[in-house]
Amino acid sequence: MKHLLSINDLSKDEAINVLDTAGELSRLSEGTVKKFPTLRGRTVVNLFFEDSTRTRISFEAAAKRLSADVINFSAKGSSLSKGESLKDTALTLQAMGADAVVIRHGASGAPHQLARQQWMTGTVINAGDGTHEHPTQALLDAFTIRRHLGQDSGDLQGLRIAIVGDVLHSRVARSNVLLLQKLGAKVVLIAPPTLLPVGVASWGAEVSYSLDAEIESVDAIMMLRVQRERMDDLYFPTEREYSRNFGLNLERINRMKSDAIVMHPGPMNRGLEISAESADSARSVIVEQVANGVSIRMAVLYLLLSGTARSESNSTIEVGV
Amino acid sequence: MSVVLNAGEINRALRRISHEILEKNHGSADVLLLGIPTRGAFLSKRIAGDINEIEKTSIPVGTLDITMYRDDLRMRPPRTLLPTEIPSGGIDGKHVVLVDDVLYSGRTIRAALDALNEIGRPKSVQLAVLIDRGHRELPIRADFVGKNIPTSKDETVKVHLAEIDGNDAVTIEGRDGK
Repeated sequence: MKHLLSINDLSKDEAINVLDTAGELSRLSEGTVKKFPTLRGRTVVNLFFEDSTRTRISFEAAAKRLSADVINFSAKGSSLSKGESLKDTALTLQAMGADAVVIRHGASGAPHQLARQQWMTGTVINAGDGTHEHPTQALLDAFTIRRHLGQDSGDLQGLRIAIVGDVLHSRVARSNVLLLQKLGAKVVLIAPPTLLPVGVASWGAEVSYSLDAEIESVDAIMMLRVQRERMDDLYFPTEREYSRNFGLNLERINRMKSDAIVMHPGPMNRGLEISAESADSARSVIVEQVANGVSIRMAVLYLLLSGTARSESNSTIEVGV
Repeated sequence: MSVVLNAGEINRALRRISHEILEKNHGSADVLLLGIPTRGAFLSKRIAGDINEIEKTSIPVGTLDITMYRDDLRMRPPRTLLPTEIPSGGIDGKHVVLVDDVLYSGRTIRAALDALNEIGRPKSVQLAVLIDRGHRELPIRADFVGKNIPTSKDETVKVHLAEIDGNDAVTIEGRDGK
């Protein structure tokens, strides 16, 4: 496997291998080992055409803990704001010798284009493209669920996981549905009909329009951010009504199974899809999700970048080892 | 394929190594065994068992995975990480004995020394291996050797251990499978 563009690039075994590798890395990082020499001399470029806090910092931390050189590249303040095309940007990155490009883009499919055109030879990792996919987020979510509800290994067989809210605009939801089902979990999507994409029935997940009807039966609940910036239309009458019907509050939390967990990919709209008390409650693993994100991204970088020596760098760098 | 060590011989070799470790370190005080997964981890547990029996003590045993420190990561497909478990007392000031099954190029041990460097500062690092097959590519040698087996580079030395392979034996295989 050279690129990670979609969860569909991973077989079930490969996905479990990513989770196991991340588990081992996270155990080591909790101990004394903070930095590994594994990717020394490799260059990872963070190419962010959309704003991001968690994902960019997380990829940067992951690459640095593996001793890679990191170049951060955001659309604001670069030639992209002067209208440079994706192709010319890719050619620039190739000329700089990028071994991996972590790309976030507002257009669905931009990472695919980067990977499939012959513009550059490096590995492409999708860090969120439009409303399509965000595979490393799904991996870290599955990792978090497995740590809390699984046996720290194997798959997620027998678990029932709710994904609630703005499924229509959510790349996190799409990647999670694919991955969680691949790992054997049952997924139920809960949203108002206006916030479900056309063709959602083909995803294989259950669909429900009532949070109250499902809240007591799920092992984990994943709240999605209401993506105001992508909403070009009126999808629900008022925020108060959305919050009353689809928001997570303490009353709903108290009805959940005793060991059920509350997740949110961030950034949160406190008071809209999740109340402040819910976000800070003992069931919430939201902060842990961020920490796990670093381990998952280390695992992805390690698995994608080892064994991919580019022929021209081979001859010069191997001498030193 | 020919068997160069059988179960009894492996046991006797490990028992001798256990005695040698005690002799060199003047007892078991501050001695810590770290096995390199997969088979080195099982061997280190067996050596610890022998030492505990001889000295009536309980010496700390752990495992040290060296995957992230390998120098051939660029050329080979990614390897699965195996568990690293450092005993709770840490390695600072201890006599660390690394345990592996076969010593060959020496690159695994170089990686292990790098990994140890991240974890702490042992008083000394020693190396125990069941088989030394020669062909070193680095200035590394073992302190305790079960058996020296001169080999050609075409041959494959395999250590089978009951814990994962079902039986105890060391075999040597030529390129043509003989």
